[in-house]
Amino acid sequence: MASLVRLQNEIERIKEEYFTRNRIAEENRQRENEAAILIQSWFRGCQVRSYLSHLHRKATIIQKIWRGFTARAHFRQMVKAAYFIMKMNFYHEMSVRIQQRWRGYCVRKYSHNYYARKRYMEGLARKNKQIRRDLEEFSEFQRRERERMAMEREEQEKNVQAQRMHFLLSTKQCPGVFNSPFRPGPDEMELRLRRTKPLPPRNIPRDRASLLGNTSPSSPSFPGVPRAFGAKPLPPIPSKKPQGPFRGPAEVWAQRQRGLEPSLRVQTSISDLEQAQDQLRSGEWRNHTMETMFQPFSKAHQNRSYERMLHTSSSFQPVPYGTKHFREEHQENLQGKQS
Amino acid sequence: MSQRQVLQGVMSLLRPLLLDVVPTIQQTAALALGRLASYNEDLAEAVVKGDILPQLIYSLAEQNRFYKKAAAFVLRAVAKHSPALAHAVVDCGALDALVISLEEFDPDVKEAAAWALGYIARHNANLSQEVVDAGAVPLLVLCIQEPEVALKRIAASALSDIAKHSPELAQTVVDTGAIAHLAQMILNPDAKLKRQVFSALSQISKHSVDLAEMVVEAEIFPAVLACLRDPDEYVRKNVTTLMREITKHTPELSQMIVNTGGVAAVIDYLGDSHGNVRLPGIMMLGYVAAHSENLAMAVIVSKGVPQLAICLSEEPEEHIKAATAWAFGQIGRHTPEHARAVATANVLPSLLALYMDTDSSEDLQVKVGS
Repeated sequence: MASLVRLQNEIERIKEEYFTRNRIAEENRQRENEAAILIQSWFRGCQVRSYLSHLHRKATIIQKIWRGFTARAHFRQMVKAAYFIMKMNFYHEMSVRIQQRWRGYCVRKYSHNYYARKRYMEGLARKNKQIRRDLEEFSEFQRRERERMAMEREEQEKNVQAQRMHFLLSTKQCPGVFNSPFRPGPDEMELRLRRTKPLPPRNIPRDRASLLGNTSPSSPSFPGVPRAFGAKPLPPIPSKKPQGPFRGPAEVWAQRQRGLEPSLRVQTSISDLEQAQDQLRSGEWRNHTMETMFQPFSKAHQNRSYERMLHTSSSFQPVPYGTKHFREEHQENLQGKQS
Repeated sequence: MSQRQVLQGVMSLLRPLLLDVVPTIQQTAALALGRLASYNEDLAEAVVKGDILPQLIYSLAEQNRFYKKAAAFVLRAVAKHSPALAHAVVDCGALDALVISLEEFDPDVKEAAAWALGYIARHNANLSQEVVDAGAVPLLVLCIQEPEVALKRIAASALSDIAKHSPELAQTVVDTGAIAHLAQMILNPDAKLKRQVFSALSQISKHSVDLAEMVVEAEIFPAVLACLRDPDEYVRKNVTTLMREITKHTPELSQMIVNTGGVAAVIDYLGDSHGNVRLPGIMMLGYVAAHSENLAMAVIVSKGVPQLAICLSEEPEEHIKAATAWAFGQIGRHTPEHARAVATANVLPSLLALYMDTDSSEDLQVKVGS
């Protein structure tokens, strides 16, 4: 109840206060409203700003984390790539070294082999020298051959000349053209004339008659031509063929040159009987073994002296050749030594 | 009377004698015609204009061997002066008659026919082709195998004249197997035969690598080097020409020749010879050195550079000096070593003098400058 009394005392004041408060509030409403709006907007702004900054912060964190993640992944890739490149460079480097060595070796051994080339040049120089020497020898040989042939031909010619001029040989009475008495010695031609034999007298051209029958230049007893004993001479070379149906000279010669066919009586020589007897006697002497002939009733065989046999009469003993040896011959000199 | 009238008079006198009854008169008239034609080109033209050739060719097929020889002599004498006259001879149908007389037994007839064919083929490629088309080449190769030296000589020279114009003609000659027979005759003692044989081989081998290789496969090296010491000058020159034609194609052929000692032999040849005949030797050395550095060094090792320097200083002729300068260029251009070898031979001052000399020809200056 007390509170009720109190409240009834206060009702007036409360009414006034209510009205004053409303009036004040009404007067300050605009201002307070604006202030409230300002405060609210500022507060809202702060809120939003803090929210934004919060968001920013969070977004930054997310971005930071994300960026770190991608960057690290990227970095790992880069590291891998760099590592790979480093390896490849290393391999390239090493392979370049291998290829260098190999190419150097290959070129030096096969393509531009200095020593092979040097050897080739040396070989070539030797071959050239040998070829030059061979060619020199060959040309020398040829030259000597030619000179020899020329000299031989000259000799032949001079011999032929000497043969033909054989009449210029000097005699005892009269010196020849080449053997002048005022010279110290005879000329070379003179010596040649002395050496060579003169030409045989030339065959006079024969007519048909001599071609057919005569044997004078072609008989076996002709001294100029050396022939085997009993060999027939060659028929003459026909120089002019006689016109007409004549046989050739060889045929005619064969017909005309019939050899001797003597009869038996003419063949046997006059001393034929004696020759036959001699032959028989020498045949007997050859064939018989006993030299002493049997002569009956003669005392010729008694006068022969006795000839001793060689074996019994010689003073030589049989030689112990091959059976006894030197040491055995003089046993006493050995004095018990081994043989 | 002018010379032309005299000529016509002579021709009109000789022509009826060709138709005389007595064979000796025919032969002597043909011989006289041949001698006249061979002396002077105008006379040869007069022979052609006087319509004597068809008569000769007609009787070439029929008469005895002395007449054939004289008729072939006339054809040769006419054909040797110029391509136009040779063409006139061919147009009269001489080739068939000559090829038929190449099949005769008598070696003198064959020799005269082969000589005429050789002179016809000498002028240009067309005439050579016509000679080949007439079927002369196998018969000429048969003639080479005959024992008479004169016939061999003429047949070899005819083959050489045929083969020199073009590769196809050379191939035709080679296809009949000429190389083997020519190679067999290399060591024959007769000098003129050797001249012709080497000339033929060099004309064959100059056209292409294959032909040169075929010539080399006939195993002529090293026997050919012995012929470089032959007393006859032209044999040696032709041998060096052959070697030059072989070496100019490929390095392998040059290598083969160097390995058999050919370079040393050629250098000695250059030392022994004088004048124009040195040219093929110098060119051969240049070709060998041009192929590769090894071969150039081989030339240097074989003492080529001093010999070439002697050639350069001794020879008065311009073209030989130009060739020597070219050879030096080929030797020295490979490496500094080679250049040093050339320089130590004291060649460069003389080369420089030649370059500066206003008298020397353009060709020489170009060669020295390179």
